Amino acid sequence: MNERLGIVVSGSLSKGVEVRLDSSAPIEEMAVGRFVTIEGQKRRFFGMITDVSLGVIDQKLTLTPPDVSDPFIAEVLAGTSTFGIIHVSPQLTIGGDAESLLEGPQPVKTVPSHFSVVNLASQRDVELVFGTEDEKRFFIGTPLDMETKVCLDLDVFVKRSNGVFGKSGTGKTFLTRLLLIGILQKGTAVNLVFDMHSEYGWESQNEQGRKVKALKQLFPSKVAVFTLDEEGSRRRRVSTDFVVRIGYDEIEPEDIALLRQTLNLTEASVQAVYQLAREFGDKRWIEATLGLEEGDETKQLLDKLNIHDSTYRNLRRGLETIRRLPFLVSNAPDNTVRRILEYLDRGTNVILEFGRYTDITAYILVANLLTRRIYARYREATEQAMGGDAMPPRPLMITIEEAHRFLNPEVASQTIFGTIAREMRKYNVTLLVVDQRPSGIDSEVMSQLGTKITCLLDNERDVDSVLAGVINKSEFKSVLSKLESKQQALIFGHAVPVPVVVRTREYGSAKSYKDFIPGEEAEVGKQAEKDIEQLWE
Amino acid sequence: MTEMQRVGEVIEASTTEFTAQCYELYHIPPLGSLVKTRDLPLELYGIVCNAATTSLEPGRRPIARGKDETTEEEIYRSSPQLLKLLKSEFGALVVGHRQGDRLYHHLPPQPARIHSFVYQCSPDEVKEFSQSFDFLNILLNAHLPVPTEELISASLRQMSQAYEDRRAFLVAAGKELAILLSGNLSQLKAILGRIKQ
Repeated sequence: MNERLGIVVSGSLSKGVEVRLDSSAPIEEMAVGRFVTIEGQKRRFFGMITDVSLGVIDQKLTLTPPDVSDPFIAEVLAGTSTFGIIHVSPQLTIGGDAESLLEGPQPVKTVPSHFSVVNLASQRDVELVFGTEDEKRFFIGTPLDMETKVCLDLDVFVKRSNGVFGKSGTGKTFLTRLLLIGILQKGTAVNLVFDMHSEYGWESQNEQGRKVKALKQLFPSKVAVFTLDEEGSRRRRVSTDFVVRIGYDEIEPEDIALLRQTLNLTEASVQAVYQLAREFGDKRWIEATLGLEEGDETKQLLDKLNIHDSTYRNLRRGLETIRRLPFLVSNAPDNTVRRILEYLDRGTNVILEFGRYTDITAYILVANLLTRRIYARYREATEQAMGGDAMPPRPLMITIEEAHRFLNPEVASQTIFGTIAREMRKYNVTLLVVDQRPSGIDSEVMSQLGTKITCLLDNERDVDSVLAGVINKSEFKSVLSKLESKQQALIFGHAVPVPVVVRTREYGSAKSYKDFIPGEEAEVGKQAEKDIEQLWE
Repeated sequence: MTEMQRVGEVIEASTTEFTAQCYELYHIPPLGSLVKTRDLPLELYGIVCNAATTSLEPGRRPIARGKDETTEEEIYRSSPQLLKLLKSEFGALVVGHRQGDRLYHHLPPQPARIHSFVYQCSPDEVKEFSQSFDFLNILLNAHLPVPTEELISASLRQMSQAYEDRRAFLVAAGKELAILLSGNLSQLKAILGRIKQ
């Protein structure tokens, strides 16, 4: 049974429609973000409440308020002389006739006629719009005040770069973990996670201090944990698959350019890096530069390269900082990039834990260095596939935290992450950007993100940058700033048909783990069957 | 149909109202109550808006007689002709009519006929008539000998007696009034103050 709210009294397509509430519809229960349906004459519209306000039939009433302590007077005036108004932004047309049932929900191109009846959306309506959980759709949460499942189309999701935003402590990590689980469960892409705070691979604590399992524990066969900090991982009893060591020869001048801000290098120092690399060769330049000793020889070299002494000192200081990173060695025993690619090719998801190296320099250096090479390989593989020689590589999604460090306007054009975000899916590599200061991210990159999932943000600039390019921005602003600080998120973009506020599904209890895993077990079984069949062919 | 209570006879009629004389002195239907005439096939509904008891002859005014009597009843007992020299009349505002089976909440095509009998409506009839509040608009716009808010509140109080849930009826009527009187809040307040329980 539909719950009638009121009737449409005015509005426009660009600004949304105004709905006057019936006296029977309690205004205090009209939360922004709730879904409603509008019964137009020929179509049904599906929309979201974006604002709630109070109206009076005559302004005099506000000047001489009636005696509402008398329940009779209060009851008579409610809904007649005084009434609630909700602002609804219609998003889709659903149902109505047979044709539209076949086509499914369509974007709105018009508004409902005057005095169309507005109802709270029923479970069925919401299901019709968000679909039900299936092979490609992942249940991410429930709409406010409803039990229906909101599902993300992960197939669409992984085709573009996406963003998870929110203030610190609003549940970004939990959301990201949920998304990764979804992608693992449905197998729509392989993941490479640069796990700055070691939260995704192995169990970590939630804010109440309770331990919650992470990906490796839930999907042991599908996840490999790489670590930069072997000792730390051992202390935490993480079963790691690979210890990452990076050789100096793998660091290229571009990597240093990216670290300009964190290493406090001058523009001239960055230019000097390129000159030194030309002089000593791309592989050897760091060791050679660090090996330079005070003396005439060095002075002559610097003169020859036209590098000023202060620039050299500045650069040297920066390189010393890098040298102090223990996972950097002069000769790496194994090729990390190759290892990661091997795992990814097999469909195993890789989580790279940084352990105690939560220093941003390490994070930027490693993430950028690895990603650049992995991207290059993906590019080659995709181009080969275009030539018809091979299968295109599995779609890869790279998760980065503190994304504004890689994607801020100054460096976004130089880093590989900027390229991936802009060129998107051409080479089957996309990003999952996790950040708490979206305003720090280059607006060009932001505009390319397909699906944005955002928890509470209250900084004006952050809200503006997340909502840039959204139609009816001001309406969503009020929705976004009214989110609860826990377990609530606004999702909009490609993977959902309409922007939606969800209470994210539970994560951390034994039951929630079970809900994630049955699919996994079934899949393992299916895979085993397939393998056996192939054996007999 | 149960025997209806006959209260008087039409002695003056126009499209918008009629005046009836009571058969018994002082047996006037209450202010705001619903009455009807039966000029078949047309039945006219009216709301009692005014009443008066006067001398039968306009030139002869009654005089005070009770100086030596102890009670009021004694006066009438000692001068029985008084009952024949005085008359009670009431005016009713026409608010609707019934033609055949249908009830209309607007003015009838013809006014009531003189000498039509006037009946008090039964609670069932009152209920049927008050399913629609369209009559309130006629009351609000009429030129009345009594203040509008007095008549409206009296009629709603009278009608509410036919309902078990009087409050629900009055709230519904109040909401209708709140819409009709959206531009005249002081009148609305006056009426609501008179019908609240």
